[in-house]
Amino acid sequence: MARVSRKNGNKKKLKGRCSVPLVGLGDQQLLYEEEEDSMDRGEEDIISSEEDEAEHERKRQKLLEGISTLGGKRKRAQGERSEAAVHMSEFSVNTDGGPGKVKLSDLIGIFEKNPAVPAKSRQQLNNLRRVKKSINSPLSKEETEKIQRDMAFQKAASEVSRWDSIITQNQRAKQLLFPLSQEPAGPRPVERLVAGWNVQTPLEQEIFALLSANKQPSTDPILTPAEEASVRAMSLEEAKIRRAELQKARALQSYYEAKARRDRKIKSKKYHKVQTKAKRKEFLKHFEQMVKTDPAAALQELNKMELARMQERMSLKHQNSSKWAKSKAIMAKYNEEARKAMQQQLEMNRQLTQKLVTPLNDDYEQDEGDTGETDLLPHFVNDAVDGRDASNPWMKGKLTEEPTQKQLNDTMTEAAQVVSTVAAEEEELEAEETEEEALLREFDSNRKLHQAQESDIAGGVFLEEMTEDRAAAEDSEVSDCLSEFTIISRGREKSFKDTEEFNCADFTDGSAQLEERLVRIRTVEDLELLHHDPSAEPGHPPTAKDPPSEEKHMGKSKKKKKGIELKEVLTKETNVIKVPLTPTATDSDDPESKLDQRELIKEAFAGDDVISSFLKDKRRHEDEGKPKVIDLTLPGWGEWGGMGLKPPKRKRKQFRVKSAPRPPRKDQHLPSVIISEKRNTSLTLHQVHSLPFPFEDHGQFESCIRSPLGRTWNTERTVKNVTKPRVVTQLGAIISPMAEEELLKNNNRAVAREGS
Amino acid sequence: MESINDVKWLHTEHMYAVAQKKWLYIYDSNGIELHCIRTFNDVLRMQFLPYHFLLATASATGFLQYLDVSVGKEVAAISTKTGRLDVMCQNPHNAVVHLGHPNGTVTLWSPNQKEALVKMLCHQGGVRSVAVDKTGTYMITSGMDKKMKVFDVRAFKPLRSYFLPAGASCLSLSQRGLLSAATGDIVQVYRDVWSTPVTKPYMAHRVRGLVWGLHFCPFEDVLGVGHGEGFTSMLVPGAGEPNFDGLDANPYRSAKQRQEWEVKALLEKIQPELITLDPTELAQVDRTTFEQRHRDRVEALGFDPLAKERFVPKFKKKGRSSAGGVERRKKQVAHEDQRVSSYFQGSRQRRPLR
Repeated sequence: MARVSRKNGNKKKLKGRCSVPLVGLGDQQLLYEEEEDSMDRGEEDIISSEEDEAEHERKRQKLLEGISTLGGKRKRAQGERSEAAVHMSEFSVNTDGGPGKVKLSDLIGIFEKNPAVPAKSRQQLNNLRRVKKSINSPLSKEETEKIQRDMAFQKAASEVSRWDSIITQNQRAKQLLFPLSQEPAGPRPVERLVAGWNVQTPLEQEIFALLSANKQPSTDPILTPAEEASVRAMSLEEAKIRRAELQKARALQSYYEAKARRDRKIKSKKYHKVQTKAKRKEFLKHFEQMVKTDPAAALQELNKMELARMQERMSLKHQNSSKWAKSKAIMAKYNEEARKAMQQQLEMNRQLTQKLVTPLNDDYEQDEGDTGETDLLPHFVNDAVDGRDASNPWMKGKLTEEPTQKQLNDTMTEAAQVVSTVAAEEEELEAEETEEEALLREFDSNRKLHQAQESDIAGGVFLEEMTEDRAAAEDSEVSDCLSEFTIISRGREKSFKDTEEFNCADFTDGSAQLEERLVRIRTVEDLELLHHDPSAEPGHPPTAKDPPSEEKHMGKSKKKKKGIELKEVLTKETNVIKVPLTPTATDSDDPESKLDQRELIKEAFAGDDVISSFLKDKRRHEDEGKPKVIDLTLPGWGEWGGMGLKPPKRKRKQFRVKSAPRPPRKDQHLPSVIISEKRNTSLTLHQVHSLPFPFEDHGQFESCIRSPLGRTWNTERTVKNVTKPRVVTQLGAIISPMAEEELLKNNNRAVAREGS
Repeated sequence: MESINDVKWLHTEHMYAVAQKKWLYIYDSNGIELHCIRTFNDVLRMQFLPYHFLLATASATGFLQYLDVSVGKEVAAISTKTGRLDVMCQNPHNAVVHLGHPNGTVTLWSPNQKEALVKMLCHQGGVRSVAVDKTGTYMITSGMDKKMKVFDVRAFKPLRSYFLPAGASCLSLSQRGLLSAATGDIVQVYRDVWSTPVTKPYMAHRVRGLVWGLHFCPFEDVLGVGHGEGFTSMLVPGAGEPNFDGLDANPYRSAKQRQEWEVKALLEKIQPELITLDPTELAQVDRTTFEQRHRDRVEALGFDPLAKERFVPKFKKKGRSSAGGVERRKKQVAHEDQRVSSYFQGSRQRRPLR
């Protein structure tokens, strides 16, 4: 910038000195350098004469100022330099309007007038002019803080959520052992257990010397040092993970190959035509980028293009000799479209037959070194100035390259000469139209490039890593295959993206449909339910199904009861026991004997009474348990009523409500027993009302809960297993909080499990 | 002097309850009166339920009362409405109290229900004595009709019936299942009353005067007989349990052990609400509540979440869906309903209850 501004200041001088028209920026630079050099050299010689001149100048300035102030309106003093200093500050440039103000258009104007300036750089400059990058005003403090807080929260949340899996795992674990990192069980080397043990006898010494010389384990007989090292280098889990990764990559590759094979087998010519076209478009989109990132692959592609060109040159495919072309040629006179199609075909031919001069391979390594620095500067600074016009349709097949400075110098003059002659004619004809087109095209390409970059970013870590790899790789082969891979991956990505979008669109449609369908189904279900409910409800209580059989039962029991009466109760046959010692006759005056006598009499007569009263009691109990029939008949409703008039039998039957009979009594078949049917409410409070989760029926739960847990009934191991403590700690060991390593270990384990 | 109707040991040998003419008293082993419980009057018979720490009393007024000895509170007072209660015993298996009545019935009671759990008609005359064996399987009753009957209390069915010429006034069962019956002034001992029909007693002994009470001594082959002219201890070989369970009841325990046991027993005290006819009822799902809730749930959800899908064999063509084939396919999966999921395998492996 400093130089540019100075140039404006020294316009006069420049014009005075160099009458040669400016060719490019590179030239300018050279000129400046020359100028400065000459200034340095001449400084000492001219010092005295210059001083005089300067004094004169100053006086003149003062005079002019004085005259100008006389006019009343005071002009602001304009700081203007009259001479070039070695060190110029870029901050001293004045930004307000006035003669000192420099605009980009001023600079570009020069280029536009100059035909020697390549179209490429011109375009880039135009782009630059269009892009107005004004810095946005900074956000308010609150907003920035809010954003920062949000970001911080997200970061913290992601950090914390890493622990989720391990936490749930620990919560679900049946037993936790603390401290977490315990030494693995198993044989330990003798050295670790015995401190003061050393080799004593010469035989031992010899043996150990031999062992140590061969790097064989001397104490720990299980693993040699080499084996241990290998074990340490990669754990089994890591190896598994790695293997799983490789497997996945291989699988993906095979899928891709299979797909390609399938594609190739498709016989449709049109399909292949469309495919190749699409591929070419895609390729062109990415080629520019590829040249920058992976020149070797680009070179290969170029070779392919060269081959295609050769083939095209050999064939007459896109020339006007085909049937279609001939017909179009006839139509072209009257039909605009036909003319256009014709032109397109010819352009295609031109494109394909164009020779591509690309010294890509020679020194791309140098380029790579440069790219890092040159990224900061605008592209056109480094661009090849090969003098070809982008607006020229003949030149459209040309590809952007990055030739070095040296090569630039070599080719420049020739190119300039050739181009200036060739391009001048063409330009006049198509200048305006093609310029617009070119601009549009550029715009498009920019946008696409931007999109591609974005997609790359979105593509994730894997791709980024790949590109990094590519940058680092020295081997052309490696870079080649990698580039292929990236192309493939990119293609997939693209397709994936497309499909995703498509799917998204589909999905939204589908979801809408689904919702609709759901609603419909729901309604249908409702309908069904409506149909079902009345039918299901009477079905659901099992008691409702039973009644007829129960009634039968009841009837039977009633009959039976009538049958049993006195005969069935207490009919057990008695065994008479012979007692060796007969009871002695007691004294007659004993009051007991009198009582016995009375009881004997009572016994003789009361037997039947006892039984009948018991049976009565039992019947009463049974009747209490029976559901009562409710009579809802209203006498006189719908007919004559009054004294001596009974509602008809039909009506009485109709309005009698019978509730479902109770389940059969437990003492149904026990004539001399009354078992209470009352519910024991005090116990139900302690009983389980609903089946606990894993159980599916009552039997399972009851058998499970019935089995005792104690030592008396179970083996020692079972008891220990059942009464295992939830947390086990080692006495005296420090339990430190969980470290990050634990998390890694856990993750690895999870990945390994997935992999296997 | 006051008449004594009944005496019972409480949970330790340091305390005993005495049903005297009017009130219930509690004494310690030195004969010092600890409590006089006025809410328990006219007690005729008592039973102590050791695992519940309950003292059940039957009074002349027809009341069955339960006293929680550990906290000194009356748990339940039930009016049996059957007159004078002078025949009583307990079922050691489920802590249900059996009462004998003059109308020939035996009733079973728990403190949780105001009416009898079961009412059995056992004798044509009044019931004179009732005894239940240790396992709670058999009940032996004797009545005014001079009969002695053996019942299966689990099914409430009579097993055996014996005719004793004089009728048994007192019955007592030993730990090994020997039955002693007092007929007038003769004490008879029977073996295997319930398994084989008995025709003659195992032992018989005449004491002086009418027998008022009998009881076997636990862990010893001794039968104590109280009669009109005093007390007689009678040796009955094979009456006591020779192999005692030291964790349950240790006859040789020390004072320290007794103290320990008392604390443990108090900690493991069973609440009176859990007394039921079937002690395993607690481990069962409350079906009625469950069904009620399930019905509500089904109504709320609109479907039965516990319903199992019935296996319907797929229809196959070409004659492979014949009736026989369908049945065969059904049979192949029939066992899956009976299979218990793996969750229960562990519990199944344990040894079953003895």
